[in-house]
Amino acid sequence: MSTSHEESIENSEVSLKDIETEGLSQSQIVRKRFFRHRGAMVSIIFLILIITTVYTALESRVFGVRIPGWWKYTIEDLPELKLGVCDDGLVGCPTLSVVPTFLGGHGVHLGEHPFGQDDIGRDYFALVMRGAQRSLMVTFVIGAIAGVIGTVIGAISGFYRGWIDSVLMRFTDFIITVPTIIIGSVIGFHFGNLGVAFLAFYLGLFGWTGLSRLVRGEFLTLREREFVDAARVAGATNRRIIFKHILPNAVGIIIVSVTLLMSGAILLETALSYLGFGVVAPDVSLGSLISQYQESFTTRPWLFWYPGLFIISIALSINFIGDGLRDAFDPRQRRRITKKDRQNAKVARKALAHK
Amino acid sequence: MEDLGLLAFIMRRIGTLGVILFGSSFLLYNLAALSGDPLGELRISQDPRAKQIMISLTRELQLDVPPPLRYFLWLRGVLGLFVGKLDLGDTRAGESVATAIASAIPTTVRLVFTASILAMVLGISIGIITALRQYSKFDYAMTFVSFLLFSLPIFWVAVLLKQFMAIEFNNWLSAPTISPKALIAIGLVLSLIVSSVGGATGKKNYTIFASVFTGTVFTLWSLQKLNWFLEPGLGPIFYFFACVGIAYGVTQLSVGITNKTALRSSLVMAVAGLILYYPTRKAFTLDKQGLLIVAMAVLTVGLAVITSLVMAKIDRPAIVRTTVIAGFIMGLVRLLDQLMYTWPRFISTDAINYRPVPTVGQANSLLEPGDYWISTLDLLMHLILPTIALTAISFAGYIRFARGTMLEVLNQDYIRTARAKGLPERTVIMRHAFRNTLIPLSTIIVVDFAGIIGGAIITERVFGWKGMGTLFNSAINSFDLNLLMGVFFLTGTLALMANLVADLLYSALDPRIRTGSGA
Repeated sequence: MSTSHEESIENSEVSLKDIETEGLSQSQIVRKRFFRHRGAMVSIIFLILIITTVYTALESRVFGVRIPGWWKYTIEDLPELKLGVCDDGLVGCPTLSVVPTFLGGHGVHLGEHPFGQDDIGRDYFALVMRGAQRSLMVTFVIGAIAGVIGTVIGAISGFYRGWIDSVLMRFTDFIITVPTIIIGSVIGFHFGNLGVAFLAFYLGLFGWTGLSRLVRGEFLTLREREFVDAARVAGATNRRIIFKHILPNAVGIIIVSVTLLMSGAILLETALSYLGFGVVAPDVSLGSLISQYQESFTTRPWLFWYPGLFIISIALSINFIGDGLRDAFDPRQRRRITKKDRQNAKVARKALAHK
Repeated sequence: MEDLGLLAFIMRRIGTLGVILFGSSFLLYNLAALSGDPLGELRISQDPRAKQIMISLTRELQLDVPPPLRYFLWLRGVLGLFVGKLDLGDTRAGESVATAIASAIPTTVRLVFTASILAMVLGISIGIITALRQYSKFDYAMTFVSFLLFSLPIFWVAVLLKQFMAIEFNNWLSAPTISPKALIAIGLVLSLIVSSVGGATGKKNYTIFASVFTGTVFTLWSLQKLNWFLEPGLGPIFYFFACVGIAYGVTQLSVGITNKTALRSSLVMAVAGLILYYPTRKAFTLDKQGLLIVAMAVLTVGLAVITSLVMAKIDRPAIVRTTVIAGFIMGLVRLLDQLMYTWPRFISTDAINYRPVPTVGQANSLLEPGDYWISTLDLLMHLILPTIALTAISFAGYIRFARGTMLEVLNQDYIRTARAKGLPERTVIMRHAFRNTLIPLSTIIVVDFAGIIGGAIITERVFGWKGMGTLFNSAINSFDLNLLMGVFFLTGTLALMANLVADLLYSALDPRIRTGSGA
């Protein structure tokens, strides 16, 4: 028996793996890995920028206190349609310019109407800001509600198994049977006039099914692990085991699928608004803006481009953040081979060759 | 004994499926019925006949019965399924719901079938390539592209497609010249993609890059000089070259180029394709083309089997498989060539008038029926834009999933074993890794297929198709409860059945999973 030999090999492998993570707690490792993911870091800064711009641009009310916005127009203002500024005799075209003068452009400035004006002269920047506010709100509300329900149902059915599991999973099937877009349309059509928050709340009530299945699977495996047995032997209650022992281990998978859920939610709201079941006029969302102005694509394309650009930017950055989180939480992930690693390998090879 | 267990498992699952369908249909019925007034518009109408219509509608749709009870009236009709007379009730227009759905299904299937197949094939192959070239430039580019596609609203894409793929393309076709700038741009993009997929480093990479670039630019330039875009076609010579290429490609992927018998057998098929080139062109002018094409497909497969059986003495199954796949693809290319051959006639018809890519609709009603190839081309042209939109949206998911699964499989011990015992990398990838990647993918595919029957609501609306999505949409807008429930009954049943099939498929494909255990 060469136990000691095997042990030493195992030890060397472990020690190789541990160089990077030595002396760090689980959350520190995750944070370190996440910060290393360039796409996710760019996205998170970008998303924060979008959120601050969008929410400070227009006047808002927080607990009854009026906070004035920094943008000069609101969505109700009706400034005159600007004539003669644009090429091709167009009316109300965007004044935003991002090409500096030394590159042959008009210089970097926002202008009077950076995103142009719509057909009756409303400032399109203000409209897009309001639309983005609504779409972001829908995204986060759906993410939060579906995330909580999905986690709780998945955790309970995965932990207790048996008949509780059967009942909860059949209930999940029951919700899955109804296609989301059908439920969304029925809700949007009949309750759309109650406001966006209400719509988002109801959509969240039906959006948790995929997450709950994932969480259940994770709990089914985790509850068989030694540390759960250890906790149980030490006399921990079920509640303590669920919240203190299993949930922290499943949090990676939960966060990742919630981010995916959120990027899906913004598209769901867009789709519903397009079908006419989402946000109701005079309120606007990014989806309702696009569907309202899709016919004018050939004549005034900016009415179509800007809301689309915002949808894509938001959804794309959420997706990238999710990808970064997945990489950070996945303990099995292979580390990306960097230039430095290649150099080290080269040096090592040379050293070996000289021997 | 085990069969009995499986049977019991299936029966139990079908039983629960019934209960779930009952519950969710009850919920949806009441939700939809209680949240709106089907007579709302008539109540405020000034029309003197409004009252009359209200009375007759109330009687026909049994609106005097409260919804929870009315549900059971509806259910009685549905349960007629078991005695052979399914009754889904009537729509508000007086048509039978079953008829409305039956006429909508073929449209939806036509719309989503090609797109799903394309999305799966493209998505899975790109996903696997990105897994094999993990952390390469290609991998990063594809990750970005798939996230971008994930984030696109489909109707936004649709408007762009209509503008750039249809209107601008049709304009371009009136004088099809590619500017030198565009030529270089296309060449650069293509050669970048190929060289990053190739995964070679250093000098070899530059060689690949340069040759693909010059190849693309030269091909496009000569196609343009030959006026190919208005009168496309392969002709017998290029068809033969294409077949030889297919023979090499399929052999390489399936058994490896070193297997000379398989290669020779596929090359015989290519020669047969060349010999049959003109006879088939003659045959394509006969009547009953649909039947003829099926017969030709059967003949091709038969010929491939016979050829390979004659050529191969050992390792027959693998060689037969290779030859059949190669022969089948060659047949598809032959059909494509025939379509290209029809193209000049097609675009010069009055109905088309040199604007072949339509933005909306299912078929051109102005086109004279009769010519099989022209109407096929018309159908295909109407399919192009929705297919691109649907494929673009859904294949991103397959890329991510296939990549993840493949990476997981490649880390398994049996892959290390396969490599350690000296198998060529191609065999390791195609026989060991690829097949195991397909197990979880197959279950996703089944569920997706069921989902798309009712899922193309937005696409149908953007491109003006009249399928299931349109039915459902109008059902909600006009409070047509029977129609809504009919659509739901079909999509819900399909979704649940697909989940059951996926579970069974999983346990059939993967012996590690037993049906009896777990849910």
